[in-house]
Amino acid sequence: MSPAETQSQLPYNKENFVSGQEVRWCPGCGDYAILATAQRMLAKFDIPRSNYVFVSGIGCSSRFPYYMNTYGFHTIHGRAPTIATGLKCVNPDLVVWVITGDGDGLSIGGNHLVHCMRRNIDLNILLVNNQIYGLTKGQYSPTSEMGKITKSTPMGSIDYPINALCIAIASEATFIARTLDTDPMHMSYVMERAMKHKGVSFVEIYQNCIIFNDKAFGPVTGRETREDRMVYLEDGKPLVFGKRKEKAVRLKGLQPEVVELSAVKDPSELMIHHEKDSTPHYAYLLTQMTYPEMPVPFGVFRAIGRPTYDEMMENQIRDSVKKRGKGTVKDLIYGAETWTVT
Amino acid sequence: MAAVKQKAIVSSITVRFAGDSGDGMQLTGDQFADTTAVMGNDFSTLPDFPAEIRAPAGTLPGVSSFQIQFSNSIIYTPGDTADVLITMNPAALKVNLNTIKKGGLIIVNENTFNEMGLRRANWQANPLTDQTLKDFQVLKVPLSDLTKNALKDHPLKLTEVERCKNFFALGMMFWLYDRELEHTVDWIQKKFAKRPEMVAANITALKAGYNYADIAELLATQYHVEKTGLEPGTYRKIMGNEAAAIGFVTAATLAGKTLFYGSYPITPASSILEGLAHYKHFGVKTFQAEDEIAAIGAAIGASFGGALGMTGTSGPGMCLKAEALNLAIMAELPLVVIDVQRAGPSTGMPTKTEQADLLQALFGRNGESPVAIVAPKTPSDCFDMALEAVRIAVKYMTPVIYLSEGYLATAAEPWKLPDLDKLPKIEISHPKAGAGAFFPYQRDPGTLARPWAIPGTPGLEHRIGGLSKADLTGNVSYDPENNQKMVNLRAEKIRRIAKDIPDLAVRGPESGKLLVLGWGGTYGAIYQAVTDLTAEGKKISHAHLNYLNPFPGNIERVLKSFETILIPELNMGHLALVLRGKFSGVKIIGLNKVEGHPFKVAEVVKKIRELL
Repeated sequence: MSPAETQSQLPYNKENFVSGQEVRWCPGCGDYAILATAQRMLAKFDIPRSNYVFVSGIGCSSRFPYYMNTYGFHTIHGRAPTIATGLKCVNPDLVVWVITGDGDGLSIGGNHLVHCMRRNIDLNILLVNNQIYGLTKGQYSPTSEMGKITKSTPMGSIDYPINALCIAIASEATFIARTLDTDPMHMSYVMERAMKHKGVSFVEIYQNCIIFNDKAFGPVTGRETREDRMVYLEDGKPLVFGKRKEKAVRLKGLQPEVVELSAVKDPSELMIHHEKDSTPHYAYLLTQMTYPEMPVPFGVFRAIGRPTYDEMMENQIRDSVKKRGKGTVKDLIYGAETWTVT
Repeated sequence: MAAVKQKAIVSSITVRFAGDSGDGMQLTGDQFADTTAVMGNDFSTLPDFPAEIRAPAGTLPGVSSFQIQFSNSIIYTPGDTADVLITMNPAALKVNLNTIKKGGLIIVNENTFNEMGLRRANWQANPLTDQTLKDFQVLKVPLSDLTKNALKDHPLKLTEVERCKNFFALGMMFWLYDRELEHTVDWIQKKFAKRPEMVAANITALKAGYNYADIAELLATQYHVEKTGLEPGTYRKIMGNEAAAIGFVTAATLAGKTLFYGSYPITPASSILEGLAHYKHFGVKTFQAEDEIAAIGAAIGASFGGALGMTGTSGPGMCLKAEALNLAIMAELPLVVIDVQRAGPSTGMPTKTEQADLLQALFGRNGESPVAIVAPKTPSDCFDMALEAVRIAVKYMTPVIYLSEGYLATAAEPWKLPDLDKLPKIEISHPKAGAGAFFPYQRDPGTLARPWAIPGTPGLEHRIGGLSKADLTGNVSYDPENNQKMVNLRAEKIRRIAKDIPDLAVRGPESGKLLVLGWGGTYGAIYQAVTDLTAEGKKISHAHLNYLNPFPGNIERVLKSFETILIPELNMGHLALVLRGKFSGVKIIGLNKVEGHPFKVAEVVKKIRELL
């Protein structure tokens, strides 16, 4: 419960989005940065605080709604997309966020995630991926690398990991992006884009679990290496990276490869980022760019327009009322074949 | 000209149509029921069909049947055994031989009793020529040939001609029971409006059947059932699931709420989803979810969003919904969960009826998780209990389980339509921001319901969830005393509903030797059994529960007014177990059956006689 303040006036600042419940993440958890970024980002908009709802499942990141001074629903394991779906269907004016993790969203709730993305319900999904089960104290997750040694896999995991963005692309999500907890500016940019996108937005956030999987993304996102191992996507521009922006990506057949920019004579050889490709092939190809062979892409992989489930649902109701007239209880009960007994 | 036939007046008749899944027996039965309704008789129907859509033609698993009882007086069941059985093939005869009363009339389609037909139905010998049917009157009719002959001038394909034979059979039944053809003729004209050749053929087949029966020598008597003395009013034929759908839309309209129905197709609940999907002009939002969990999850989300969230399923789906249902209990949101029970366990017998989900509804969740439960007792009562389920859910901010049954879902009866002015009001108020802080778990002192604050309302931002809740604020709390308090409050909230529902009414003496206590869809069979025995002078009483949690406030007093309580239920003793645990010193005897069919009146009568 927020303090005495019940409704602050616009414009907002970050503090207006702080619920006042004690935050119970481990010191150093990447979730703090995600929370603060979300609070700061929302304060930039003129949307009343009461129009936001954060819905989550189970896991460390799913405690998120308790800390937001908005409406929130901390639900059950894996099911947040279903609850958010019903909410958005009956209340399309709300801005609905789903906070989930790699276990919640890709394991126990994988089915719901797939279906809510293919329906293109206007939800903003943040999947906080730390490649580990944190709240249950350190078992491997569906995104953990093969051979991961954890309490439940003392000889190493024998599961091939799942790639969150591949699932999003296969499910035809209309907005797909990746960001990371250590880059608040980028995170804010991606969250803002996700919120503004009409239709389902799926954002994977690389997050560090300091207790059970510290520095899992270190080789890619670490301070010393990130410029050589990460590539930020910019629409309409080539995928340039490196400390001196000296490298780019080129397609060789169906395989992307790294080239030295100085060796490129014809710039049209370079792969140019297109968010709005009508087919998902290119975005899928980006998801296959993984460490150590390739730089790992961050940014908006895909952003396309498509009617949303919630608006089509409204349209059918409007059309039905137009065609048949607004239903009345009398029609409902007496509107069939009846007979009279006198 | 045939000799003038006799016309006998009888009080009540049970007809059973049986054939292959593709023979149109449900449609034929429906038409017979519709005409019976229009002719002013009370009736009750029992469709009985396999889970397989089209099992191999002519085989035993593919047999589909439809039974109807109609009468000149009020009736309560589709009839224990049939007076007349119409069988379209040898398999239908084999499956249904135990459904016809001794001395009853069996009409068979003689054309199908050939070597192949008999083999497919596993008859070792032809039952028409040996002693198998010696206890019955048998009328062998070459239905297929007669239909072909009647339609020889019609421009239809042979397969289409063959499909008209159900109307020939229906025509025969219309003559035998002195029914008018008019209603079915109208129906055929509407149904096949785009295919005039089908209209002509089906009407010809119907009339040919009627005329054939008129001149067939074996049918010496035509039976007539006088109109029933039904209460004055407007009626329509209604099936349970249809009544439920109408009831829930009515409730939503009366409450001024959007009805949101999340569901995953499952027999025998699917027709509620399909029915509601046609009510979009009432603002109804139906959501066919990816699974049972998503269906209830979306419904909970809708309720959180201020709509009337509902989900519907059958037993296997209830298992999957349990965790989410507990979330709704913890979050204290209104929600209606329909469980159209079917024979279990596991996948069980999907199209057969049962009442064995009661204990699951009461207790099938982790932790202390009381939930309100209502159960309709007849197809038309599915409407009334729908209004009740919604009323309780929104007034007490609680999930309500609506326990229907496969039998009620598809059974039909005349429904006396309610007076629109007398429908209950369903009042809902949502809080608005006040001067002070908002407490999402501040309860109404009377009902103990918490406020239903809708996201989007300025100033009422709050968080709810499945973690233990602090009193008033709803914040996460692991405080031991608070947890005890919240568990107690949620239990007390459900208990208080008892003051808000009708007392358990007793039909017959208020006290005495024997009370027959039922719940849900066993109502008809128990009612009839008690009525028949009372007419013999037996002193017995009947009470029927529509509310399973909480029970009506006077239940203990009622139970303790009788020496013995007989509880017939289509399970192995669920209600009996609960009542024995709750009320010590009450002598409870069960009559239990899980054969997939409703009780027969005779089964209940027999048990009562044993106890007297």
